[in-house]
Amino acid sequence: MSAPARDPGLQPERTRLAWRRTTLSGAVAAVLAVRSALHGGPTPAGIVAAALCCLLWLGFLALAHRRIRALAAAAADGVPVLTPRHASAAALCTVALAVCAAALLF
Amino acid sequence: MIDFVRNVRLWFAPERVREEGGTPDYRFSLANERTFLAWLRTALALIGGGFAVDQFLPDLRWGWRVGLALALLAAGVLSSLRAVNHWVRCERAIRRGEDLPASRFPAVLSLAVAVVALVMVVVVLAGWEG
Repeated sequence: MSAPARDPGLQPERTRLAWRRTTLSGAVAAVLAVRSALHGGPTPAGIVAAALCCLLWLGFLALAHRRIRALAAAAADGVPVLTPRHASAAALCTVALAVCAAALLF
Repeated sequence: MIDFVRNVRLWFAPERVREEGGTPDYRFSLANERTFLAWLRTALALIGGGFAVDQFLPDLRWGWRVGLALALLAAGVLSSLRAVNHWVRCERAIRRGEDLPASRFPAVLSLAVAVVALVMVVVVLAGWEG
């Protein structure tokens, strides 16, 4: 199936921006995690959890970057479909972020 | 349940989805991907809400605060797991040319968020009076 030369719906661009928005939401969550760790005197466990949150956000950023690169590279022969592994990695980053957040509560 | 296990296996097997049906119009796949990302944002917003309850309601009793925060975080976990599962199911349905899967999850999630919001209003008002 050959992609049209220029898609009037701008689907790859919209998908790229969706990845960006999601990364931005993750950044907000990571900043809140750091704030929560520093609030009321930093403890070693809190710092570790906040650092893990930041690492998870970096992981998500890398995933988004790879996907955006793939979308941008494939202009000629159709757009590569998101792989299940990529999707699960992104979702697992989110789940792990929630687990770190729960750890930060205590 | 067996369906769910098969879906979980699909999450980690990149090529298996492609074995089924024909390659769809890529625009459908990209729309499905954006829906997946929208669900991930919902999950991230719920997680952010969990942090916010913990930090911006410091006058609440510990049990209420942690309970509300944990409820929001749990909703975030469920949303992100559901995001992948629904994405896999939709992708497969698109490839096979079937109807998209129906889901009760949006209704359940909105009810849960409404309950958490109501509890928060009650708890904050009671906290101000007490």
